Order: sequence, then structure tokens, then C-alpha cells
Amino acid sequence: MLLLQVIVGGLLLGAIYALFSSGLTLIWGMMNFINFAHGEFVMLGMYVALLTVTYLGGGPVLFSLSAAVTLYGIGIIIYLTLIRHVMKGPMLAQILSTFGLALLLRYAAFWIFSANVVSLPQTTLSGIVDVGGILMPMSQLVAGVVAIVLTVGLHLLLTRTNIGSRLLAVAEDRNAAMLMGIRPDRMQALAWGLAAGSAGIAGALMAISYPFSPSVGETFGLTAFVAVTLGGFGSVPGALYAGLIIGLIQALSAYWLGAIYKDIVVYAMFAALLWLRPQGLMGKAS
Amino acid sequence: MKKTSHLMAALLAAVAISAPATLARAADPIKVGIIWPLTGNAAAAGQASKAAIEVALDIINNKHPELGDLPLAATEGLPNAGGAKIVVEFTDHQGNPSTAQQLAVRLITQDKVHALFGAYHSSCSFTATAVSERYGIPFMVGESAAGNITGRGFKWTFRGTPIASDYAATYMRFFADMKKQGRKIETIAIVNENTDYGTSVAAAIEEEAKKNGISVAIKVPYSANSTDVAPQVLQLKEKNPDVAIFISYTADAILFMKTMRNLNYLPPMVIGDDTGFSDPSFIPGVSAVAQGVMNRSAWDIGKPGTTTYKINEMYKAKTGRDLDDTSARNMQSFFALADALNRAGSNDPEKIRAALVATDLKPNQLMMGYEGVKFDQTGQNVLAATYLIQLKGDAYQLVWPDRAAAAKVEWPMKGWK
Repeated sequence: MLLLQVIVGGLLLGAIYALFSSGLTLIWGMMNFINFAHGEFVMLGMYVALLTVTYLGGGPVLFSLSAAVTLYGIGIIIYLTLIRHVMKGPMLAQILSTFGLALLLRYAAFWIFSANVVSLPQTTLSGIVDVGGILMPMSQLVAGVVAIVLTVGLHLLLTRTNIGSRLLAVAEDRNAAMLMGIRPDRMQALAWGLAAGSAGIAGALMAISYPFSPSVGETFGLTAFVAVTLGGFGSVPGALYAGLIIGLIQALSAYWLGAIYKDIVVYAMFAALLWLRPQGLMGKAS
Repeated sequence: MKKTSHLMAALLAAVAISAPATLARAADPIKVGIIWPLTGNAAAAGQASKAAIEVALDIINNKHPELGDLPLAATEGLPNAGGAKIVVEFTDHQGNPSTAQQLAVRLITQDKVHALFGAYHSSCSFTATAVSERYGIPFMVGESAAGNITGRGFKWTFRGTPIASDYAATYMRFFADMKKQGRKIETIAIVNENTDYGTSVAAAIEEEAKKNGISVAIKVPYSANSTDVAPQVLQLKEKNPDVAIFISYTADAILFMKTMRNLNYLPPMVIGDDTGFSDPSFIPGVSAVAQGVMNRSAWDIGKPGTTTYKINEMYKAKTGRDLDDTSARNMQSFFALADALNRAGSNDPEKIRAALVATDLKPNQLMMGYEGVKFDQTGQNVLAATYLIQLKGDAYQLVWPDRAAAAKVEWPMKGWK
């Protein structure tokens, strides 16, 4: 029974990992661009949720939407002001630009919100669902389900819609896409918006259960990179599976072996999998 | 011959340069370098302590006759050093022991501080004190609890706060008292973050428990950066101890309390070993689910009109919130250092060290509930002690020992019920 509880908890957490990892994989898939500031987007989503609850009131629907919309906007602004320009530079400049952006966002958050650990009000989406003795806190259940729905939605958007085709066309061949009347800048701005927006909503959903401070993005950023690499760069379903697997492995190893061993287990399996299958679970071998 | 005269000239020049420093022109400020986590996962605690030191500086450097017997309050600056003011240099180790070490070197060699103070994380105090030992600059450890910081044969390390073994012994005396009242305390769980702080306190508690015939049902070390502690809560649930003792930083302490609620697990009693449980974010984060949680504290705000109450008012005016135990212990250690700096009457490290060794503060000269401040050969304050407090509503109340208690211990704890 306890074991089942561990598994359910791990999967719920893994679903959130999947949501914020899918944004990272989207940008990689679209632009071959590594965004080191992704964890900071999650952090900003948490603070937008907090500000919304504090100043506008309202429930999880409102603050999740406001985090998604705000981060969508921030993503587009960052693309237009920073990314578009550094993409013309060498690879190293691209990598370091988002690393710098991450530090800028983190320390700006320190300055604005202070270093204190904060949490959303205790009444936000409280309640516990009991399914045959397996306890699922409402907050994590909703977050997990929403995360899976959104991740699948993102995948469908990319593979089944006109916008998705245009996004992928730009990723495939920028010049050919331009000849077809697609504006790459607009599409890539949209990709950044979607990526940041999904990280923002993931942050808002996590903020319900997790206390946070401006340095929280560090931890999440790392998890997202592992999920993206494990899932296969550029694959949204890959990120979904990888997120769930990481959540599950962390939970099981923490329960059986102890908390201090869980990251050793996760990273050891990660390294082993990369050795066997360098392209990740769902990635295409090059 | 020529060589010798060059050498002489160099020596004379060296004496000329160094002379003013050792003679200490009367009103030259005394510089104290402070090493703390001002960013990173313990930044909140570092910032709260920084504000506390700023209040302490106000008290030392300006006239505050209203603060009773608190040393240096009534006068301006350090009277024995010609009214010299204390100035501090705050630096940020971000929770990283090697950064703390580098900062100690920088503060001593470049900023030329006369004493060092810090470093919150035991792991950081451990490395930074080794630097001050090498350079022969006194280091006052404000509130780090790991036993191994003192006891390395160091001459230059002093510590005002109680340490891990003091706390462990306190918990056992408390358990003995509770048993007398008919509470069942046969097994305990020790849940600790796995750096020097958590590990050393956990080891001290385990050792004391053994001596007192209480069995440790399970030990749960974890990383304070964890984003998920559900498996750990389930491990506890499986062992079902009579008391769970947590040695945690802030975010993890909050996460544990929330997760215990979510998994419907409530032991008869939870004791938090200060730190995260004393962080100003803890109560607003979990008061709805953690009623009756116990904590240790040597700090008590006291009644209106008392010195402690007035200090708290000064702190509140600055930060908007009450002074917490961690910051208060830092402030107390800083007062002890300032008292020694005054008695040294000079910025000569050896004189400051001698003054620290001779420290003998009485309870009425303190803001904390210690029996006094007096350092043994290892530099540890042997008169440090602590109270136990319990969360009732939106505040902790002093519940143990009886002689100081403002309310009764509620056992078992209510949690969210």
C-alpha cells in the first residue's frame, strides 16, 4: 500500500517535470538552441502566481492563466530583444547569453521579491482525494492532470495543426519556409512564448504545493535538462515519458534507499541510458 | 654591508608602516568581516541576521541608555578604544564552504578586518575558521551548531551559541520530564538535512538517545534542496516513531510539514531543531497544518518594557517582523565580540583574543536565555542554554523548562486537526 502511494506521488511529480521540460525541448527542436534560463521561467511563474493571489485574489484557474499569459509575453519579449540577435553569433555566445539571462532573472527576483522563502496561501486548492487508501493531495492531482493534458496538447499542436506545421517547417529549413510565405521570426517568437508559457503554468501549479525562493529555478532547470536529454532532444512525447520516469525513479529510490541516494540513482541511470542510446528515448539517431 | 643597510631600511619602513596599525589611533573604527549566506537557499536567514547585526551596530555605536545592562548600549562606540565605532563588511558565501574560505582570506588580507564573524552554515564556519586560525585573526562563530567547529585545538575560534550536544541533551531532559508525566517516548525518528549542520546535530541526538535508553527507529538524511519529500514521510509513517525530530533548513521544513498533512501522517510530536522552523516564513507557510510543533529557542521577546522587548521593537521597526532565534543568537554573539573588542581597547589581534578569552558576561547583560557567556579552552561558550517552544495559533510560546514557561506543553500535537 505504501509502495503504491510512493508510485502515485512519483508519477504526479513526474507529470509536472514533463510539463516544464516540454518547453525546453520545444525550443531545442525548433531552433537548436539551448535555453539555460528555463528553470528561471518556472521560478517566475511561481512568483506571478503569488502576485496574482496576493493582489487580485481568485483561485488556481486565474493564477495559472495569469502565469501562463505573463510568461508567454516574457518569452516573446526575450526572443525579440535578446535571442534573435545572439542567434547570429557563435554557438558559445548563444549558450552564455541564456546563462547570463538566467542569472539576470534570478538576481532580479532576489532584488524584487527578497530571498525569503514564500508559499501560496494555505487554503489554495486544499483537500485530499482518497482513492482506496491512496492519498492524493488535490493540488498535486490537479497539477499532474493539467500537466499531462497540456503536454499532450502541445504535442498535438505541433503535429496536427497548421501552426504546428509552420513551426516545424521553420525548424526544418528556415529558408525554404520563408519561400513558402512563413515568417520565421514570428514562428520562433511563438515557440519562445509557448515554451516560457508552459514553464510558467508549471511553476504556478507547483507553487501550490512547494515553498519557493528566487533560487528555486536552479533545481528545476537541471531536472528539465535531464528530462529533455533522456526523452530525446526536441521530442515532446519524449519529455513526457522522461519526466514521468524521472519522477518515478526518484520516488522509488528515495523510499527504498533513502533520500540522499535518489539523485545518484537518477543520474546513474541517465548516464547509462545515454551510453546505450545517445539520442535519448524518443530522439532520432543522427 | 650595502645589503645589510638595505635590509635595515626595509625593516625601518616596515615598522613605520605597521606602527600606526598596532597603536590604533583612538577613533579609528574597528572592522569586523561577516561571512553569511546572503543569497542561495538560506538567504532568508542570512538577510534576517544581517538586519539583526545592523540593529546591534546601532546599539553599540550610538547611545541607548534605555537598554539596561546590555554592554555598550549606554555609551557611544567603544569607550575603552577612545569611542571607536565598529564597522562591518558583509560578504556572501551562498551556502558554499569553499566560497566562505575564500571570503575569509579576502577579508583578512585585502579588507584588513580585525575580527571575523559568521557563518550560519556549520560547513562554512568550519572552513572559514581554519583561515582565521592560519592568519591569527579572531573568529566569532555566531550560531553554527556543529560540534566539530570548536575542539580542533584552534586558538582563534570562539563560539557564543549553544552547540549540537547541548541541544541533544536538552531534548533528552525534556523527554525525561514528559515521561514522568506519563507520555510514551520509546522510539524517535531523526530526520536531517545532510550537510555538517544536520549530520552533526543528528549524530549528537543519536548519541544522547542511546545514553538515555531511547531507541532511534529510523534516521532519514536528505538534501535540503529536495523538491519532493513524500517518500521520506512514508518511511516515517512505516516506522511510526513516538517523536520525530527534524534538523532542517527553511524550504524543506515547510515542505515536510505540508507533505505530512497531504499523506495524513501525524506523529504524537514533531520537534524542529530551530533553523528552518524558526525562519520567518515557516509559520505563515504551515501554521494551519503544524499546530503543536515544538522548536528550540534561546530567544524570548518578553514583556513590554523589558530590554528584549525593546530590542525586538527596534528590529521590527527595521524589518516589519519579530526577531527570530537564529538572528538573535547571532546578535548575542556579536555583542559578546563587541564587548571583547571594547575591553581589548585596541585592534591588535592578540589583545582582542586575550579579551575574548577573559569574557565573563552575566545573565543580566545578555539578551538571550543563556546562563552567561564564558569561553572554555576550545573557544566554546560553556554557559549557553536553550528553551523549548511550541507553535500555538500563529506564534511560538515558551513551554519548557517550567521555570520559564508561559504556557503548558500540549501532547500529542494537533497538527491540522
